[in-house]
This record gives sequence, C-alpha cells and structure tokens, in this order.
Amino acid sequence: MRILLLLPFFGLLWVPFYNQATPELFGFPFFYWYQLLWVPVTAALTWIAFRATRNEGDE
Amino acid sequence: MGTAPHINWTALSVFIFFFALVTVMGFLASRWQRGSGEAHLDEWGLGGRRFGTWITWFLVGGDFYTAYTVIAVPALVYAVGAYGFFALPYTILVYPIVFCIMPRLWRVAHKAGHVTAADVVYARFKSRPLELAIAATGVLATMPYIALQLVGMEVVIKALGLTGELPLTAAFVILALYTYSAGLRAPALIAFVKDLMIYIVVLVAVVLVPMKLGGYGMVFAKAGAAFDAKGGATGLLLKPSQYLPYATLALGSALAAFMYPHTLTGIFAANGENTIRKNAIYLPAYTLLLGLIALLGYMAWAADVHPATPNDTVPALFNALFPSWFTGFAFSAIAIGALVPAAVMSIGAANLFTRNFWKAYVNPQVSPQGEAKVAKIVSLVVKFGALVFIIFVPTQYALDLQLLGGLWILQTFPSVVFGLFFNWFRGTSLLIGWVAGLGIGSWMAISDGVKPVHTFMIGGDPYAMYTGLFALGVNIVVAVVVQLVLSMFKPSGAQGVASRA
Repeated sequence: MRILLLLPFFGLLWVPFYNQATPELFGFPFFYWYQLLWVPVTAALTWIAFRATRNEGDE
Repeated sequence: MGTAPHINWTALSVFIFFFALVTVMGFLASRWQRGSGEAHLDEWGLGGRRFGTWITWFLVGGDFYTAYTVIAVPALVYAVGAYGFFALPYTILVYPIVFCIMPRLWRVAHKAGHVTAADVVYARFKSRPLELAIAATGVLATMPYIALQLVGMEVVIKALGLTGELPLTAAFVILALYTYSAGLRAPALIAFVKDLMIYIVVLVAVVLVPMKLGGYGMVFAKAGAAFDAKGGATGLLLKPSQYLPYATLALGSALAAFMYPHTLTGIFAANGENTIRKNAIYLPAYTLLLGLIALLGYMAWAADVHPATPNDTVPALFNALFPSWFTGFAFSAIAIGALVPAAVMSIGAANLFTRNFWKAYVNPQVSPQGEAKVAKIVSLVVKFGALVFIIFVPTQYALDLQLLGGLWILQTFPSVVFGLFFNWFRGTSLLIGWVAGLGIGSWMAISDGVKPVHTFMIGGDPYAMYTGLFALGVNIVVAVVVQLVLSMFKPSGAQGVASRA
C-alpha cells in the first residue's frame, strides 16, 4: 500500500501536466485547484497506507 | 497604502492583550503535563516525550508553518506569481516522506533515549566526526531561521505603527525567559492559541477579501493583468523555464524539512510511532491553509494595495481592508506565530549543542540534570545571538544564510536516513559525501550570488534546478562510490552493530 504514496510525487512533480489556466473551478485556474486538490488526496492515500500498516501488525 | 507611521491604538491594544495571554501561558506551561524527573533534558528539551496526536499536531503545525511563512509566501506570490506556489507541492510531498521515515527514526531514538538526530547518527555509525558534522549543520541552519522569525515579527510590529528596536527586544526577552523555565512545553501550549488564531484569520481573510473584491475570478484576473504589465518571469502560470526549478525546489525542500532540529524535536517529543503516522495524515490541513495564505499575494494586487516591500504585502492588505481590532488580532496571530518556531528552534539547537558537543567533548560524565542546565543556558545564547544579528546585520544576510541553511541541512539526509534502512553504509563514506555535497552546493550557490537555483548548460540548452537537490545527488553518489571502494578492502556491513534496531 506504500506504493500509493508515490502517486503525489508523479502528480505534482510533472509540472507541464498541470501548468494551464483551464478548466477553471470557482474562479480558480486549473494550476491552483489541481495542486490544492492533491492535499486531501495525499492525506487520503496516507490514511489508506496507515490502515494497511496497522493490519500488518505495526511492522 | 503602505505602513503609516502613526500608531493604531485599537489594533495595538488587541495585540498587547493576546501577547500578554500567551506570556502567562508560557510561564504556566512548566506545570503542564509534568513528568517525574523534572530537571532532566528529556523533560525540558522534549516535553517528557509524552505528546499525543493532538498536541503533536498543534506543535509541529505551529513550528513548521512559521510566521515567516505567513509573511514570505504571499510576498513571493505577490512579486512573481505562480512560481511562489512551489510551497504548496513542497508541503504536500513532505508528509508521505514523514510517514515512511519518521516512525522508524522515532523508534530508534525512543529505544536508546536519543534526543537529537546527531545522537542517532553517532549510535548507528560510531563516528564522532560524522556526529559533529550533523550537529554543526543543524545549529548553523537553525540560527538564521530563528532570525527570520524575528523578521516576521518586526514586519507586523512596524505595521502597528511602533518604531525602534525596543518592542522586538522586549518580545524576545519574554520568549527567552519562558522557554528557559518551561522548555518545549511552552511552545507546545502556546501553539494551541497561535494555530487557532491563524486559522481564524486566514479563513476570514479568504472568505471576506474576495467578497469585497468581486470573487476569486476577479482576484486572479486582476493579478494576471498586473503580471502582464510587469513582465519578466512572472505570471499566473509558470514559464517553461520554471518547470524544473519549481519541481526541484518542491522536492528538495520536502526532503530537507524534517531534517531541521526544530521539526525533529517535534517528532522525538511524540509519544509513539502511530502518533507520527496519524500526524502525516492530519498535518496537511495546514498545507491547505498555506495554499490559501499564498493567495493573499494575489488579493493584494486585486485590492490595489501597493506594499513598500513584498514582505509588507500581508500587513498592508489587512490594514487596507479590515477594521483595526481585526488587524490587531491578525498581527498578534503572526507575532505569536513567530514565538512558537523561535522557541522550538532554540531548544533544538540547544539540545544539539548539549548532546553532541558538550557531552561528546567537554564533559562526557555530565548527568541528565547537568545536560538540562547546559541546554537552558544555550537556548538563551542562541536567541540572544539571533536578536543581535537581526538588529545589527542587514536582513538580506539572514535571508541568504537561511537559504544556504536549507541547502546545508539537506546534506544531512543520507547520514540520518540511510542508516535506518540500509546496513551497507559506513560513517566514513557518509561523511565524505556530506563534505562533497556541502562544499559543491555552497560553492555553486555563492558563485550564483546566493540564489537557490543553478543553471546548467547541457548541449547548449540551459537547465535550471534547485542547487540543494543537485548537491544531494553529488553527496549520495560520492558516498556510494567511497563505500564501494571501502568495501573492496573490508567486507560490507562488518560493523552493523544495531543494524535494524
């Protein structure tokens, strides 16, 4: 499940993918809301990894 | 308009009220959650290692997202636009890294009673030179960081209309005294107040300011128009030449963030591994806040506020748009926001000095009580040094040193982290890697005029990236090569004493 934690690195470090103005959301250009969206997504992925760690019996 | 030289009495009264409140809390903190052995360094320097999920959340949040952040991030966004937003991917990526590394570091430290990263490194590699390198890097990187907290405080004190060095000095003397008496418990308790205040200020600002200015669409449109008029490497989107600097600054800063003594102190003070893991899930709430704080830079354009310097962006915006009492509340939030990290940083630096210099070289027989005594005095010296620095030396030097400090602390990453996961490296190879990374990184950054980004010419094309991350690459390659050479003479992992402890 830790492999999930690599996703934000791909999602955020490949900058040309999100460096654009559209589509807009609530007046925010894509560049801004896309990165802000990664905050809850990363937290959720970390939560999944945490649940998996606990099930393994705390390593 | 900018900062008027007249005193804003309403704002000042609110400011003084909250400052007095946290001062009382700071002094009372020594009685909060007190453990058994009170004169022990574990008690003063790590709060007895008893901080649960919520206290750790407030403490690390209050300590990592500093007052200077609240001032500097919107200032950079105001000045250059999208590029200033690298703080957002940086403070997102930092948590998967914390989740994977810090529980293990905590476990090693907890088992053996380590107080600092350099303690962990010494126990693992039995190398006094490497221990000293890690400790010295930590202290050197932290000092200018403390000075920058003072800059954040100075900016809001100035915006209240106060002049001279006296208010800043008074605030810092108070901070020094209660940190001396209560140790890490003082910033942990004050962090509750500070973080709640910052949350209130930012949520009010990000809801009310766009309402006054015609919505977020308008804020972005006006800021975009301002950057178009300004030209250069500014704008609501990145220039292609900024892609690599943006990504490498985010990644490099994320790797460096929890190598600093102040963030590590928050980790070591936690009461368990799962406390740290849960915090890696909950701490991103502050990152959301930081993203919104960054937008204050665009709101300044939309509100037609023209700050005297970029650092005055946030105070000028608040002075222009909010009633005095709320401005006072916001400014006290920022000033108190400087106290928490400044306290933890001085404690982290004092722990390093005590454990890895005093105990290692001056008095190896020192008792835990003696350690606490030394650390308390050192914390005073460190804060006094930062104050003198900020009063007598141009602010630009503090900014430059903090930038170099980030590059330096990143070079401790292999020594602190690799030993937790691999049994292959020895102290010598990591030390030589550290020397190489630190030397090349500093030399490149200084010859670039102390800029964070270095431009490489590859096949005639310019590629710019964060110098610190490049230096880390050199550091790791050198460490691996030296280790390969050493392994040819001695079988690898021969001295893996406490290998995977």
